[in-house]
Amino acid sequence: MQQTQPGGPVPPGGPVPPGGPVPPNVPPSPNVPPSPSASPPDGLERPNATVVSHSAETARWLQCYRQMAQIRYFEDQVDDLYNTARMPGLAHLYSGEEAIAVGVCAALRRDDFITSTHRGHGHCLAKGASIDRMFAELLGKASGYCKGKGGSMHIADQETGNLGANAIVGGSAGIATGAAFSSKMRGTDQVAVCFFGEGALGQGMLYEVMNMAALWKLPILYVCENNLYNEYTSYAETTAGTIAARATAFGIPSAVIDGQDIRAVYATAEQMVAQARAGQGPAFIQANTYRYYGHHVGDIARTYYRSKEEETFWRTQRDPIALLGDWLVSTGQADAAQLEAIHATARAEVQAGVEFGLNAPFPEISEVTQDVYA
Amino acid sequence: MPSVASNQATTGAPAQDGQLREMTMGQAIREALAEELRRDPLVFIMGEDVAEAGTPFKVLSGLVEEFGPQRIIDSPISEAGISGLGVGAAMTGMRPVIDIMFGDFLGLAMDQIVNQAAKVHYMSGGKLRVPLVIRTTLGATRRTAAQHSQSLHAWVSHIPGLKVALPSTPYDAKGLLKTAIRDENPVVFFEDKMMYTLKGQVPVDDYTIPFGVADIKRVGSDITLVATSSMVQIALAAAEQLQTLGISAEVIDPRTTFPLDAQTLIASAMKTSRAIVIDEGYEQYGVTAELAAIIADGAFYHLDAPVKRLGAMNVPVPFSPVLEDQTVPTPPAVVALAKTLCGRV
Repeated sequence: MQQTQPGGPVPPGGPVPPGGPVPPNVPPSPNVPPSPSASPPDGLERPNATVVSHSAETARWLQCYRQMAQIRYFEDQVDDLYNTARMPGLAHLYSGEEAIAVGVCAALRRDDFITSTHRGHGHCLAKGASIDRMFAELLGKASGYCKGKGGSMHIADQETGNLGANAIVGGSAGIATGAAFSSKMRGTDQVAVCFFGEGALGQGMLYEVMNMAALWKLPILYVCENNLYNEYTSYAETTAGTIAARATAFGIPSAVIDGQDIRAVYATAEQMVAQARAGQGPAFIQANTYRYYGHHVGDIARTYYRSKEEETFWRTQRDPIALLGDWLVSTGQADAAQLEAIHATARAEVQAGVEFGLNAPFPEISEVTQDVYA
Repeated sequence: MPSVASNQATTGAPAQDGQLREMTMGQAIREALAEELRRDPLVFIMGEDVAEAGTPFKVLSGLVEEFGPQRIIDSPISEAGISGLGVGAAMTGMRPVIDIMFGDFLGLAMDQIVNQAAKVHYMSGGKLRVPLVIRTTLGATRRTAAQHSQSLHAWVSHIPGLKVALPSTPYDAKGLLKTAIRDENPVVFFEDKMMYTLKGQVPVDDYTIPFGVADIKRVGSDITLVATSSMVQIALAAAEQLQTLGISAEVIDPRTTFPLDAQTLIASAMKTSRAIVIDEGYEQYGVTAELAAIIADGAFYHLDAPVKRLGAMNVPVPFSPVLEDQTVPTPPAVVALAKTLCGRV
């Protein structure tokens, strides 16, 4: 990589360590039994001494749980910033879809690549972005990931392999495929993941690059997050045939999975990423999910395109955080107090992050003409 | 203000020491690509029919034999896809040269060029870079009608974040293309498809030509002819005719529309007091308008006549030769306009 270092400082003393949360691809030391006196291997502080089974696998699920909770509180906070007129512009919230970003990124290394979408906060956080610099960017501040020049829809962080959220629907499919092509040409074993919504299925370039990825066996995973709505229109009105058949047409292996079940997401992604890394070419995931909020923060009156009952069903019956939490508790890997502690920590991290962002200085006016050319 | 790389010869013989050879513009472009492919293993070429076919213009003939199909890559007919792939490869360490066979096909790739390549560096706060070259063609009179004949360099010259080069000689083509490949930014490189067989002197030794340095192709004192790409030869032919009428025309080639060497254009117009801008893009809202405005603004108090423009006629390029030939500026058109500006009608 020839890119320069990011410019923004990491806040001193903040709750998020420099470089962001512990990357999910760095598992806690396996085969080391947990000690009640030592820090738990996932780095989480727990207020009580209740200790449950702590295999590396459990640690991973707890880390996933923590990241999903962070994203949920992050988006709640974004919604609040918008509704209280403290955030300029637009924001497209990822709430409800957390299991996909977190589950896929848990299968990636830090140096693997992702490209994201206009609904990208979850992908960026899951790949390792820090909450405070995310908020700073959303608020147009100098310490944001893009010095305040990108905003909500353009978070990029090459330190964590994030080649950028993209405000053109389907616009990053070429970039992700090019990153996979680059990985192959440079002889690294980096894998690229292209996140996109089902709305991007209407864009022709997606099929152009899927064709090339299959032809040239590029190490890329196309992840279609089917949240059922192309902005304000049901995908059923816009999408002929089946989604997975599009991959089949190019000979790309595909899986249709429950995007609310992070265990399914992770298991599928882990296998496909391993195959891509081993030189077996691209794969395609259709992850069925749901968008809790509207298309963007201002999309409040939604009953003309979907019912409140439908929204309630997904929120109460199919919530990815609750599904993982219930499973962790029912299998004895965590207890309710432990999960609540994770929530409390995530809330505090988000609160600290938004305060950092609100208090951070705006860019110098002279920045407006900087970075047009390298 | 003469440019550092200025020269007097009409086909671009460099005014520097060292051995020279005569070659065509197509050969000069191929040599630039071959030298950069040898110099930097991160450079690759991708496009339609770029390998064994060597493109329909045969400009790339022989490259796949030397560098192999891993670096000279025949792509599907997917202009958007290969441009997007080029952006992603450039962002992650490669130096792609993407071949868009006809400039008219830029329409298929515009989102990737305009919304992705041009903006990644700025949107990322300067962290990500896109060292990408898009090679494409311009120019009419090949009898290929409205979708294979346009000169659309104004489109990309309009976009901050892109650089745009359009050489008019073999010497300029080689030096500018090598600069484009070594640049850290996305560069759109326009080659006049009718000039691939134009011959000129090219040094044996490695050289580059910096962007943003105009070249004075002919020195004159009565009128400035600012011409780009295909129109440089038209302007030089007109200058020859004007000479017989006792009018001394200076011909200046900006060589890059961005970055633009405005200073050399303005200085020439201040010296001659008259200027015509000639470009093969559509005249309406085009490169001629931008350059004329810059000259009019910068040389206002020194001008004896309004700055005039000659661009392509504002019609889709027609097929029939008798019609097509009407649409492009010609030496007689330049001469007639120059005579008017010089009060010699």
